[in-house]
Amino acid sequence: MNETILEIEGLTKVYSGGVKALDGVDLTIRKGEIFALLGPNGAGKTTLIGAVCGLVRPTGGSITAFGHDLAHNWRAARARIGLVPQELSTDMFETVERAVSYSRGLFGHPPDKARIEEILKSLSLYEKRSSQIRELSGGMKRRVLIAKALAHEPELLFLDEPTAGVDVELRKGMWEQIAALRERGTTIILTTHYIEEAELMADRVGIIRAGRILMVDNKDAMMQRMGTTEAVITLSEPLPQLPETITQFPVTLSEDGRELCYRGGDGSGSGSEEVAVLTKALIAAGIDYRGIDVHDSSLEDIFVDLLSAEEAA
Amino acid sequence: MGFNARGAWSIYTRELMRAMRTAFQSILSPVLTTSLYFVVFGTVIGARMEPVDGVPYGAFIIPGLLMLTLLGETTSNSSFGIYMPRFTGTIYELLSAPVGVAETLIGFVGAAATKGLILAAIILGTATLFVDYEIKYPLFAVGYIMLVTASFSLFGFILGIWADSFEKLGIIPLLILTPLTFLGGTFYSIDQLPEPWSTIALANPIAFLVSGLRWTFYGTSDVSIWVSLGLTLGFLALCTAVIAYIFKTGWRLRE
Repeated sequence: MNETILEIEGLTKVYSGGVKALDGVDLTIRKGEIFALLGPNGAGKTTLIGAVCGLVRPTGGSITAFGHDLAHNWRAARARIGLVPQELSTDMFETVERAVSYSRGLFGHPPDKARIEEILKSLSLYEKRSSQIRELSGGMKRRVLIAKALAHEPELLFLDEPTAGVDVELRKGMWEQIAALRERGTTIILTTHYIEEAELMADRVGIIRAGRILMVDNKDAMMQRMGTTEAVITLSEPLPQLPETITQFPVTLSEDGRELCYRGGDGSGSGSEEVAVLTKALIAAGIDYRGIDVHDSSLEDIFVDLLSAEEAA
Repeated sequence: MGFNARGAWSIYTRELMRAMRTAFQSILSPVLTTSLYFVVFGTVIGARMEPVDGVPYGAFIIPGLLMLTLLGETTSNSSFGIYMPRFTGTIYELLSAPVGVAETLIGFVGAAATKGLILAAIILGTATLFVDYEIKYPLFAVGYIMLVTASFSLFGFILGIWADSFEKLGIIPLLILTPLTFLGGTFYSIDQLPEPWSTIALANPIAFLVSGLRWTFYGTSDVSIWVSLGLTLGFLALCTAVIAYIFKTGWRLRE
């Protein structure tokens, strides 16, 4: 999974109104990975996708996809890239099958009824193949967009907020479909507001804010490096001060002496192990407790912390 | 990857299918309207009119009425074809696909021009039901109609990119093309006008188109066929250059 298929260097985009949507973005995408691009509204996620897919004209920088410079050899590159946009933009009066077949032809592929059928079946759309798109539910329309994007068998697929506005059940269905695509070797770049989605699916995560990439890392490495464990231990009796055997742990005592707060470890689970050692040390010191609330930080906590730190800076 | 012929064909066939889907609006409606002109001006009023330049009045108005329909319909079809994807957002697919200006024009403009030719054939066929006429230079007429439909399909494409509302989309065909065609010698020869109106009428570019088409039908015209042909070719070249510029700069297509 180390072969680079997309290389973005110094990408900038300043819109005609003067808004700088991208500010020197550098990003490398490896073959076969799922890359999640996280960021608040207006961070530049959709602009970045648009610049790669030809919807936005970059102001500066370079994009190389599959070894082709997009500024010059865009046809060869675009033929291998698929896009599922955020908005439900389809020809509402077209039938599902014709809409998907059209997309295949548009990208230069010969008609292939069997392939179209396979795509429709994989997205549970086959029964609706002769229906006009306007007759479908919102979730189905989104699946039609995915089917259209897959019609030309792209090697790199952009999913811009693929589960925005869909119910929990359908969202899980989408995750299964994305996992199936990865199994087939498709490289996927997804933007999402649901950090749970990124946590569940992504191999690597990039965090973007105000047009700048703040961090790119393997999801697990990021969790390990920036993750923490927080444990609140409610004591049976208030403590005037911490005994020496307990001060070696990263703990603080609340003002009223009734709660002990542990904050330490990393995203690997070492924090939970240390909390277990801490509880034994408390009992050994004769300190009883009534309850423990342990919380490992999620990608969302890391995301919020990172953005808060950036804001403070 | 070079020219994407399949991409162009996909756009072309889809646009034609869209016309079939809206056949009443795209074909039946203009044919009915033109037929009414033939009935009223060709058969009823035309029977009482003197021949113009040696051509019976009912036959004389056929090229003008054909031009009136073709200009309006090809411009509207083409502008609608590119405006709707912009309006609904489906243009993302076209912009992200490996298709450039050539494939897009062949697809959208080719389909609009084809619809124009089909419409012309139906209108001329319908005209035989009401008026007796013969086309003096049929091949020249077909070529000229193709040239006009291609030019105004390109013009409509520009209009569809320029427009940012349905109102703007309708302004040019309704408020400019239709009045200019009516005043461009559809129902009369410009030579019949007194001065200074006959000179002023020549400031109307549509008059040259009507005159050119009439020459292919009956061999008579208000201005030389070569002037009409040159003007149409010049318009075609101008529209092509504007579209090439639009694609190069991404004006109103890419942000």
